[in-house]
Amino acid sequence: MSADDMVVVQDLKKHFTGIEALDGVSLTVKKGQVIVILGPSGSGKSTLLRCVNQLEEKTSGDIWIDGEKLTHKSKQIDKIRSEIGMVFQHFNLYPHLTVLENITLAQRIVKKVSKEKAIENAMSQLTRVGIPEKASRYPTQLSGGQQQRVAIARALAMNPKLMLFDEPTSALDPEMIKEVLEVMLDLAKAGITMIVVTHEMGFAKAAADEVVFMDKGQIVEKASPAVFFTNPTHERTKLFLSQILNH
Amino acid sequence: MAQLTNANAKPPRRNSLENREYLKAKLRAAPWWLYAIIAIAIFTFVNILTNIPFQKAFLFIKAGLSVTITTTLIAFVFALLIGLLTGLGRISDNTFFKNLSTLYVELIRGIPMLVLIFFIAFVGIPGVVNGLKALGVWLVEIGVTDIGGWLSAIKNEVPMNTRAVIALSTTYGAFLAEIFRAGIQSIGRGQMEAARSQGMSYWQAMRYIILPQAIRNVLPALGNDFISMLKDSSLVSVLAVRDITQIAKLYAGRTFQYQESYITLAVLYLTMTILLSFLLKYIEKRIQKNER
Ligand SMILES: Nc1ncnc2c1ncn2[C@@H]1O[C@H](COP(=O)(O)OP(=O)(O)OP(=O)(O)O)[C@@H](O)[C@H]1O
Ligand SMILES: [Mg+2]
Repeated sequence: MSADDMVVVQDLKKHFTGIEALDGVSLTVKKGQVIVILGPSGSGKSTLLRCVNQLEEKTSGDIWIDGEKLTHKSKQIDKIRSEIGMVFQHFNLYPHLTVLENITLAQRIVKKVSKEKAIENAMSQLTRVGIPEKASRYPTQLSGGQQQRVAIARALAMNPKLMLFDEPTSALDPEMIKEVLEVMLDLAKAGITMIVVTHEMGFAKAAADEVVFMDKGQIVEKASPAVFFTNPTHERTKLFLSQILNH
Repeated sequence: MAQLTNANAKPPRRNSLENREYLKAKLRAAPWWLYAIIAIAIFTFVNILTNIPFQKAFLFIKAGLSVTITTTLIAFVFALLIGLLTGLGRISDNTFFKNLSTLYVELIRGIPMLVLIFFIAFVGIPGVVNGLKALGVWLVEIGVTDIGGWLSAIKNEVPMNTRAVIALSTTYGAFLAEIFRAGIQSIGRGQMEAARSQGMSYWQAMRYIILPQAIRNVLPALGNDFISMLKDSSLVSVLAVRDITQIAKLYAGRTFQYQESYITLAVLYLTMTILLSFLLKYIEKRIQKNER
């Protein structure tokens, strides 16, 4: 392990009744890297992300975030989560709060930032994702693409070390996918460390430093996008790519 | 002439057959039950105004209104607190808290309300009072004189009105707990996960994210239970609390004017519950309008 590792996962296992969702996963993400995770449904992609910020409790194995080993202490869990941004497939914005309140709440009550600072930060994140004019709206008054951009702004406002994306565009209409991917591409260029689960091959090619292919709870192949998409090693990967590219 | 232009401005005239069908539909859709209730209420109030025995019964019974209303209001506030805590306990991961809450809810749900009121007023409350006094005496003995002295000086006789409030709120706390539990569980898991993923603690997520949404969802159900509680408050008359039911009973027994007493009593409850349910419908509409 070195000082420029942001995430180190070692022999991670996650058991659900009747299934090994993660069956010995090891993965290192360096600071500033963008990792894209691909794999068929049920291969354990979400479970891996959810173990990293402890929404799911691991069965065995170890995880380090920025050199700190994850434990069961709730103080540590809350602190580390506040440093990891997570973007969900279904946005999960808080529907009873305005866009601005969605973005300021955790800053205020978790990081104890002053109200003025929190609002200032929220507005600059909203500008970053391109919708500062929506600050006083409620989530349901926005399109899906706008909601996901607010969710990204909400995560960024905590000034995270690491961003996790779990199929951020899968619930979106095709015409809205692009606006979200563009925001994510900007973040990648800005050097934010990201782990992205997605089926958007274009994004993987354009933004990923490495592509990870998972199947049945294991990492089958890990390679740069150039190698991964043109010259994969494993049969499973070739089959998966042919299925995806034929669609 | 003006009349004619007005008539022309109306929607196209129906022929007589259509007209009859239209009228029939209108008549069928009208809230006849409501008109009937209003008629009964008007009839009773006219009686109260014009008929001396009715008037006397009403003037006597209405003295209990403040007891009925304050008992209900105070008990409901405590029931809300108990219900919220118990509801949170029911969904908690803490084994002790969870089982304690479930035990309480199941006990209350398995016993008739009238029996509960007797039990809490004559067994539960004296038991707790004696227990506290014994604890006080023991504390004085081992030298903790301040708290001990204060506990052992508790009066034996808890007023019946207080017992009534405790009995009602204990009973309804269990009902409201189930409403709160369902309300919290109706909020998708994603909300809790989003909040926790931002570093909020479980209680912060509850307070700022889950409960505001859950309470808004269960407001109508809470309102309904408030109305039920107003009616069930009549049961505390068995503790000789001077609510409208108790007073009506006394008046009927003394004057033998059963009709006057119990019709007045029934109409008083009916008036309160109908007014409340209108208020509730209005509030629900407001909430729906604000729903985003
Ligand atoms: N809470 C849970 N309880 C039981 N089984 C679960 C749970 N969460 C996930 N699983 C199972 O674990 C396996 C991995 O699930 P996971 O959600 O990580 O897959 P995924 O790769 O994200 O799939 P998808 O592309 O469909 O999102 C699946 O078989 C799933 O059914
Ligand atoms: Mg998934």
